[in-house]
Amino acid sequence: MAIEGTHIVQAAAFLGAGLSMGLGAIGPGVGEGLAAAKACEAIGKNPVEAGLLTRTMLVGQAVSESTGIYALVIALLLLFVV
Amino acid sequence: MTDDIQVWVKVAAFIGGGMAMGFGAIGAAIGEGYTAAKANEAIARNPQISSDLFKTMLLGQAIAETASIFALIIAMLLLFADFSNVSTLTIAIFLSAGLCMGLGAIGSGIGSGLPTGEACTGIVRQPGMKNRITTIMLAGSAIAQSPAIFALVTSLILLFVDFTGRPISPTWAAIIGAGFASGLGAIGSGIGEGLVAKSGCEGIARQPLSATRTTNVMLLGMAVTETTAIYGLLIACILIFKSFPAAESIAASMALLGAGLCMGIGAIGPGIGEGFTAESAVRWIARSESSTAQLTRSMLVGQAVAESTGIYALVISLVLIFVI
Repeated sequence: MAIEGTHIVQAAAFLGAGLSMGLGAIGPGVGEGLAAAKACEAIGKNPVEAGLLTRTMLVGQAVSESTGIYALVIALLLLFVV
Repeated sequence: MTDDIQVWVKVAAFIGGGMAMGFGAIGAAIGEGYTAAKANEAIARNPQISSDLFKTMLLGQAIAETASIFALIIAMLLLFADFSNVSTLTIAIFLSAGLCMGLGAIGSGIGSGLPTGEACTGIVRQPGMKNRITTIMLAGSAIAQSPAIFALVTSLILLFVDFTGRPISPTWAAIIGAGFASGLGAIGSGIGEGLVAKSGCEGIARQPLSATRTTNVMLLGMAVTETTAIYGLLIACILIFKSFPAAESIAASMALLGAGLCMGIGAIGPGIGEGFTAESAVRWIARSESSTAQLTRSMLVGQAVAESTGIYALVISLVLIFVI
């Protein structure tokens, strides 16, 4: 059970990948939920503008999603490239 | 050497029991406190129906309490476990079972308190709808308990599955990872479902005629919010029941631990976010009947997008388990 340096580095990369994606998923999850919540509220108040509101909601969520995608990219880099 | 292991198993059981009850007490206490605060507010508005409100408060608090009673059960099981026939893996099992139940009770405890608080406000607003509001409150609180039940199931599986013959490395990491996946994964869904049920109670009290459609959308929203907790349970079951080949390298262990942490933490955000979305959709469906279809569609689209990061976490966990 000799622990070698390369194993420790690899272990850190795996653990880091899990933490990166796990922690990175919190913010976008909550943020996109809030965006959709406000969109539903706005559609409830003004159903005529539903199309415009849904479009704005999706664009806003896509921007909010970006940090989640960064986390995914870093996790995949840690798993397969580094 | 056997004595040595027994000492460490006892250490793990006592720390695990402490964590189960310590973490497990957080959520129920917050949820019940919220309920009592709302009940007091309601009684101040209309002291004449204080006995109804008092009954509703106690009923809801009893449901919110179940999450911490689960934690108490696991803590008791750990404190009075059988220490005669133990192995090194038992250390990981006891720690993980305690962590899993403790963390898993946080979300459901908070979540179950929210609908009851709103039910008290609603009963003051519409005393005639008392029965309908109470029914919805009970249904909502009970569903908000389900993530804590997932954590309880995982803890019990951990305690009663036979791990003999499995290699210590990397099985210890799979066991701890399973605890994190199911325990942390239950937090977000528990809180999120509570938010949805809260606005269901509010909506029915404001618009009694909307009861049917509000209930339907509330249940739909809660079901979608539940998904991330189910991902957590899924990863936990894979980690527990898949037998991993012995690995000398610490990297294999860390991959499994990382998979559990990834899914557990990654489920928190989408669970809460989807809860926000459905909360708002249910509130506005109760107020405006004509836009029910539009709002349901927007709610589902919004929840699907919020779910995406939870799915990324699921994918990374599965890669860590099966590909690496």
